[in-house]
Amino acid sequence: MPEIQNFTLNFGPQHPAAHGVLRLVLEMDGEIIERADPHIGLLHRATEKLAESKPYNQSIGYMDRLDYVSMMCNEHGYVLAIEKLLGVEPPVRAQYIRVLFDEVTRILNHLMWLGAHGLDIGAMTVFLYCFREREDLMDCYEAVSGTRMHATYYRPGGVYRDLPERMPQHLPAQGRSPRRLDRLNANRQGSLLDFLEAFTERFPDRIDEYETLLTENRIWKQRTVGIGVVAPERAIELGFSGPMLRGSGVEWDLRKKQPYEVYDQLEFDIPVGVNGDCYDRYLVRVEEMRQSNRIIRQCVQWLRENPGPVMLEDHKLTAPAREAMKEDMEALIHHFKLFTEGYCVPPGEAYAAVEHPKGEFGVYLVSDGANKPYRLKVRAPGFVHLAAMNELIRGHMLADVVAIIGTMDVVFGEIDR
Amino acid sequence: MSHAAERLATLVQDCLGSDVGVAASRLGEVAVEVAPAALRAVCVELRDGDGLRFGQLVDLCGVDWLDYGRADWETSDSATAQGFSRGVRSRDHAEVRHEGARYAVVYHLLSHELNQRIRVRCPALGDPPVVESVHDIWNSADWYEREAFDLFGILFDGHPDLRRILTDYGFVGHPFRKDFPLIGEVEMRYDPARRRVVYEPVSIEPRTLVPKVIRPDEHHGEEPGAAATADA
Repeated sequence: MPEIQNFTLNFGPQHPAAHGVLRLVLEMDGEIIERADPHIGLLHRATEKLAESKPYNQSIGYMDRLDYVSMMCNEHGYVLAIEKLLGVEPPVRAQYIRVLFDEVTRILNHLMWLGAHGLDIGAMTVFLYCFREREDLMDCYEAVSGTRMHATYYRPGGVYRDLPERMPQHLPAQGRSPRRLDRLNANRQGSLLDFLEAFTERFPDRIDEYETLLTENRIWKQRTVGIGVVAPERAIELGFSGPMLRGSGVEWDLRKKQPYEVYDQLEFDIPVGVNGDCYDRYLVRVEEMRQSNRIIRQCVQWLRENPGPVMLEDHKLTAPAREAMKEDMEALIHHFKLFTEGYCVPPGEAYAAVEHPKGEFGVYLVSDGANKPYRLKVRAPGFVHLAAMNELIRGHMLADVVAIIGTMDVVFGEIDR
Repeated sequence: MSHAAERLATLVQDCLGSDVGVAASRLGEVAVEVAPAALRAVCVELRDGDGLRFGQLVDLCGVDWLDYGRADWETSDSATAQGFSRGVRSRDHAEVRHEGARYAVVYHLLSHELNQRIRVRCPALGDPPVVESVHDIWNSADWYEREAFDLFGILFDGHPDLRRILTDYGFVGHPFRKDFPLIGEVEMRYDPARRRVVYEPVSIEPRTLVPKVIRPDEHHGEEPGAAATADA
């Protein structure tokens, strides 16, 4: 009788469904997975160590590059930790802008997730639909910060600048007819807020479109229902947060439970799942997009009615206006000091967490009173989720690996740091 | 300092006894300072105790206190009178200045039931530094302990599978230690003669772009000059 032994399979790091650079070593019994050993770190850049060698403000850009599909939420966690140590609070308008862009980011992240997850388990069209809406929101990023992805828009003490009065328009180009140009620029005639409002009006219908493709789709349900089930108690023990936790039925959202910025003044609901499987987590994320849409509408309304400063006037911490520097010696000195040495943060330690689209994104900051962080630790939600891979996948088929990687919404920028 | 934080600090102090240092910081965060021998008992109590119920380990990380409070560029009130030196002195890690344990492990806990957070700090003693593993108290500690081992070289006694996690296969050293250079120890390139990738000592010079400066500060923070109890 021949000896039968388990087969070891290497999944990734170049597998298209590995969402970047995940290497999974799978121990297979036929097509059933006995054990999974994720190898991570192929994208490790030592962000935390780099941040320890730079003045505080120079690391904001590194935060964008952690979870590179929800850029501004990462910045938010970092900036909140600095503000906590400094004991400053940004102006209310800046807080509303931050909430507005956090929710824009949440929609961006969930659209990316939905498209990629769909593509992984065989739904092509939804990917194209999702990217259509992502394009609009990317334009909002660009209008406000000058770049489509790595914004560096949040700063300690507020946000870099106020929302633009004019939405940038598409320009004539070869092969772009005047009629098409008019159509592209149709809802770009007003300000950024007008553009966003128009977006929130059409977006619920777009979500319905995605749902017609997936929610009652037989193949989609066969691939997701009952896959990767996590009990609520187990989800807490494993350190889950965000949609991974809510999918299991735990009603926990930092925006409600430990509100930061102005979330306590906004109306929105927290969707929770029942069964804790991939399908419930899909439903939770889709509903979160609808709720984010609601929050954006409220923020747009408030921001229209309440103009004001978006940055603290404390020039030891924030840059003075360009015009002031031409006339005022003091402003010039502040500018020079801020951009050469930065600001010193009082000694102490702080942990600040935000409800990131993927879960709890925390920043633990230790300061020894210097102009650089002494120790920066980024608590990335994806890291703990991926750590539970072995437990979630055991006993499932090989084809379910991609469904489970997809449902975790892993992004290696934040996991490997 | 918030009342909730003070109330929690008192409660934790009552539950854990007087051997354990509990303090609420000016930022409204509660921190517990625990000796390595008592770590596991304290963790179990924090997880199961009435009014505590910290069911989730949110984060675990290592800290290296080697350079704490040490600036590249000394500043004083009379500095301008003497003139600044533009040079940044190179770091000599041989003269170890810290008191007490060089390494610490920091745990962040969260209670979903009671909606409260706490921080636990435990010094890691010995060479190599060792603390006991808490992976069976909170399962999420598994990978976090591997990470702290990889980056700081802290050993977790009782961990079932303490392998490197973030650095490369075959990596030497623990990169987040303060005496590990930012540019690393080795660089690699493809050697056409040997037809493989080779590792060599780094050829670039380490540079400090912005010196680390400590100013006993001026106007930020509620109590100027009041140093929080950050060092272990």
